Amino acid sequence: MAIDKDTARRVAHLARIAVAEADLDHLATELSGILGFMEQLNAVDVTGVEPMTSVTPMALKWREDVVTDGGIQAKILENAPDARAGFFTVPKVVE
Amino acid sequence: MSALPSLTIAEARDRLRSGDVGAVELTEACLAAAEGSSALNAFSALTPDRARYQASLAAARLKEGGAPDLCGVPLGIKDLFCVEDAPAQAGSRILEGFRPPYESTVTAKLWEAGATCIGKLNMDEFAMGSSNETSAYGPAVSPWRRQGDNRGLTPGGSSGGSAAAVSGDLVLGATGTDTGGSIRQPAAFTGIVGVKPTYGRCSRWGIVAFASSLDQAGPMAKTVRDAAIMLKAMAGHDPKDSTSADIAVPDFEAALVGDMRGKRIGIPREYRVDGMPAEIEALWQAGADWLRAAGAEIVDISLPHTRYALPAYYVIAPAEASSNLARYDGVRYGHRAKIGGNEGITALYERSRAEGFGAEVKRRIMLGTYVLSAGYYDAYYLRAQKVRTLIKRDFEAVFADGIDAILTPATPSAAFAIGEMAEADPVQMYLNDVFTVTVNLAGLPGASVPAGLDAAGLPLGLQVIGRPWDEAGMLDVAYALESASGFAAKPAKWW
Repeated sequence: MAIDKDTARRVAHLARIAVAEADLDHLATELSGILGFMEQLNAVDVTGVEPMTSVTPMALKWREDVVTDGGIQAKILENAPDARAGFFTVPKVVE
Repeated sequence: MSALPSLTIAEARDRLRSGDVGAVELTEACLAAAEGSSALNAFSALTPDRARYQASLAAARLKEGGAPDLCGVPLGIKDLFCVEDAPAQAGSRILEGFRPPYESTVTAKLWEAGATCIGKLNMDEFAMGSSNETSAYGPAVSPWRRQGDNRGLTPGGSSGGSAAAVSGDLVLGATGTDTGGSIRQPAAFTGIVGVKPTYGRCSRWGIVAFASSLDQAGPMAKTVRDAAIMLKAMAGHDPKDSTSADIAVPDFEAALVGDMRGKRIGIPREYRVDGMPAEIEALWQAGADWLRAAGAEIVDISLPHTRYALPAYYVIAPAEASSNLARYDGVRYGHRAKIGGNEGITALYERSRAEGFGAEVKRRIMLGTYVLSAGYYDAYYLRAQKVRTLIKRDFEAVFADGIDAILTPATPSAAFAIGEMAEADPVQMYLNDVFTVTVNLAGLPGASVPAGLDAAGLPLGLQVIGRPWDEAGMLDVAYALESASGFAAKPAKWW
């Protein structure tokens, strides 16, 4: 399935990656090439086959519903590019 | 240069215990070798203070007696693992300056076992690459060169720094991670042993995530025995990783006997791909002959869905990556773009990610976003997951037929030169993983063992694929191959 320029623009936006308008044609061509390679999968008969959801069959473990971690606000903020007064900062979101 | 960094882990263990070599002396020798290796660009950061502190603790433990196998053994750690307070960028600009305030489970286990940390190792950005050329640090360079040719070769990827550091005798062993072949391909390119364990054998906690259903940590070492020693220390259940298996970790080293009598080794006919160099074909045949001579029965087998593994992988891995890498948003850690006063949160996200991620990572995130998007999910992602089931069933069928392990080439070629693939389209680079991705898709263990040299004097590797959780049996087959091939070639030091 070939990807056109509009689809490339939409995918870039969904992925939250800024792509210059001038680069969209190249991106569309590149993604189309890789998707072309994936088209081989259409040759496989997958009728009645369950999609794999777990690599190794195992039952997830249960544990008590209690707090096991926390109280490390300073550690969590120490790598933030802009933290103030104990919070991460973001540009104004609500007008 | 001191010969100490060229020791194997097993040799070092014995000499450290006998007191013939001191833990501090060995770590200092590796630090010196690492400091003198800048032309290889194997390390993204050295951690000498940590190494020296750990070496002093190891020396005291060795003196007391009863120290674990890795006590005093200097290792390198792939940049994908978080080591507390050491830089961890996953080879990406987007994590510039990031210092994790916590330790990955695998590295914590290695330090508990007494190993010393020489530094963090170069890798393809977020482990996406087969040549180390996508790294924000610039590519690691292989210690190996073609005869009569001084061009820099790739050590492979994504664990290219690990491969360069181990094969260049800068450290005794290194950690790697393998999502589609990222331990086994660089190991094959540099003449060392690389082991990707069964999915769930090693905890993924504290390892920067690429594709969570495929990623596994494993050892990269000079010999099969060394890999067995490291794997034992790295493996085990971790409550912090719900996919890590709560099953006993065997003594992998004790399993190395090399007696192949009663073993049935499968040779999958679908791995004979078009354009495979005659040397690799011949090496594969030699491997089968060696195992037969050691007593194994060699059986032709079929894994009919092999050819669909690569396209399925390049749907599933980017899909998982697009989700995992959504966390890099310029808010909580890592690179944050400067935006104008009237711009909003979307501009912050889009520009931070555009500036922080490299071309291959962006390509895979967008590909993953596309295959998961409304209207395409069924056609690509769901279909790929069904094909994945079929690939896993192929393996289950041959193991049910009594096959103990499978022998294949590790890579479709020897190492190529840095920049040689620059003009190739992305799919050409993806073909490096053709023999290795099936193992990740099926969650199986796989080991790459050096087995010979090509006409240009470069190492070639064979791959052994084991039954789920049978790393011990798989390593024994690898050990038989290693013993029979007598591979002992080392790169001449030029750096």
